[in-house]
Amino acid sequence: MSTTDDAGANTTGANTTGGTGETRRLRRIEPAALAGVITHDITLFRRYWPSTSFSAVVEPTIYLLAFGWGFGSLVSVVAGYRYVEFLGTGVVASAVLFASAFASMFQTFVRRTYQKLYGAVLAAPVDVPEIVLGEALWIAAKAGVYGCAPLLVAIAFGLDPTPGMLVIPFVGFLTGLGFGLFGIWTSALVPSIDSFSYIISGVLTPLFLVAGTFFPVSELPGWARALSWANPLYHCVELVRDAAFGFAPLADLGHLGALGVFAGIMWLLAVRSMRRRLID
Amino acid sequence: MVHGMPLPRTETLATTTGPGDQPGESAISMRNVVKRYGEVAAVDGLDLDVPVGVCLGLLGPNGAGKSTTMRMLTAQSIADTGRINVLGYDVPRASKQARAAMGVVPQEDNLDTELTARQNLAVFARLYRVPARRRRAAVEQALALAQLNDRADTVTEKLSGGMRRRLLIARALVHRPRLVLLDEPTVGLDPQVRQELWSLIAGLGADGVTVLMSTHYIEEAERLAQDVAIMSRGRVIARDTPARLIDAHAGRTAAEYYGPPPKLAEIAARAEAAGFTTRRTGPSVSVLRAENMPAELDDRLGIGVRRAATLEDVFVALTGERVE
Repeated sequence: MSTTDDAGANTTGANTTGGTGETRRLRRIEPAALAGVITHDITLFRRYWPSTSFSAVVEPTIYLLAFGWGFGSLVSVVAGYRYVEFLGTGVVASAVLFASAFASMFQTFVRRTYQKLYGAVLAAPVDVPEIVLGEALWIAAKAGVYGCAPLLVAIAFGLDPTPGMLVIPFVGFLTGLGFGLFGIWTSALVPSIDSFSYIISGVLTPLFLVAGTFFPVSELPGWARALSWANPLYHCVELVRDAAFGFAPLADLGHLGALGVFAGIMWLLAVRSMRRRLID
Repeated sequence: MVHGMPLPRTETLATTTGPGDQPGESAISMRNVVKRYGEVAAVDGLDLDVPVGVCLGLLGPNGAGKSTTMRMLTAQSIADTGRINVLGYDVPRASKQARAAMGVVPQEDNLDTELTARQNLAVFARLYRVPARRRRAAVEQALALAQLNDRADTVTEKLSGGMRRRLLIARALVHRPRLVLLDEPTVGLDPQVRQELWSLIAGLGADGVTVLMSTHYIEEAERLAQDVAIMSRGRVIARDTPARLIDAHAGRTAAEYYGPPPKLAEIAARAEAAGFTTRRTGPSVSVLRAENMPAELDDRLGIGVRRAATLEDVFVALTGERVE
């Protein structure tokens, strides 16, 4: 973490300069600041929800249908599951990825550079970590909801609903939090909006393809299987499948922990890179 | 004068009485502030005080360090050395607290163009912690102030440049701040819009709000500011009321001479040889402190037009730079 004494530095004890008792102390992360940032997102969402929802629902559905019909006719059982079950649960992770990392990268970049909106927000009593967390929480919430879309489609195609599936929005939220923060972090790294191609093709697409969504990771060579442990989407896929078909407590705690660590690391990187871009 | 008269304070976080709120105290105090970007010192040993209730014009050519100064006051730019205190709070350490009680109008339009005027204000009313029960009224008041009531539900993208500027100002006032920073508030606007904004800004002063306004339009400073600080190369080189600055640095009158360029050059050379400061004023050359001109020099320079000295004369005399 940055140790520079900047606006994001600890503001507790702000009153030591002689504020009167009436002036409320402001904490480092204020719920009111987060609410303000999220209000902005919700206001925009109320305008754009049809198009956002369309792509969030239709894109994974297409994967589901194309692979389901295409592959499903060739292979009926994968890793012990019917293919529609295997795929329907796997595509949840893709939907989460689309709703989080992609949205977050472009939206954060546009707001910071073209609109210079964060400059205005930072002039209010809001600090960089609050902007980052507010944006990430909203993105995570959307990812949690949109992540369920392919599941519902799969249920329509014959996936049996189970009570464990109620956990899936939370898995989507946690995964979306990590990838939302990943998007914020990378949006502050790239010199221009075109540079996102490198991140999409070089990082996100490989993660997306070898997460165990379309085929089991166990089919990969040993080194690639080992690498998949470093792929947050793999942990999301595994958790979702276990939520749908039966938990494996120890392994699932490991998956949960991995997603938590991923989000934690992304939080540190996102705050640091955004601070570098916004505060000079 | 209504300086220092407290506004009917509402119970927002911003408007609870706090330090730096009494007339006579400093709303802003900067001591020996330095900010470097690589080798370049954008702000270089700046000392600046803005007393509560005063509108201070920060005047300087482009690159004098005005915008960096503004950014440091909201901790979006962190000083390398020096002390900054805003409304009694140390900046950047307690900047968040200070920002709750101040409004900022940036030079560049940073409204969310996808939101309506009202939505822009509503979002910032939250960010500025206007309590929920007051939020609607605060937004409506800000809309009225910006005279945007009939355009309240228009997407900001579709508003004219002048309307957007007014909205930008209204956004900075939605929480009734005690201090307002205006960074080049009318840059790039046509004269009519500028007049409208001037009355808006003048209204702030009348409400007892402390204003720090950077500008490179001399007329803007002359009209709105009780006090003017002239910045050059990252520090304040002169600070007083416009009248006293003019008196001290440009005298009472200037003589303006018109003619072809060689003739003007000759006049300037003669006046300067006699120890007078001259400057080009568009198609003419002006000789400052014309009231001290000996009759003999006056005759030799030919027929000039006497006019009252202006802040612009001061500015050019002090900074050696041309102004708009």
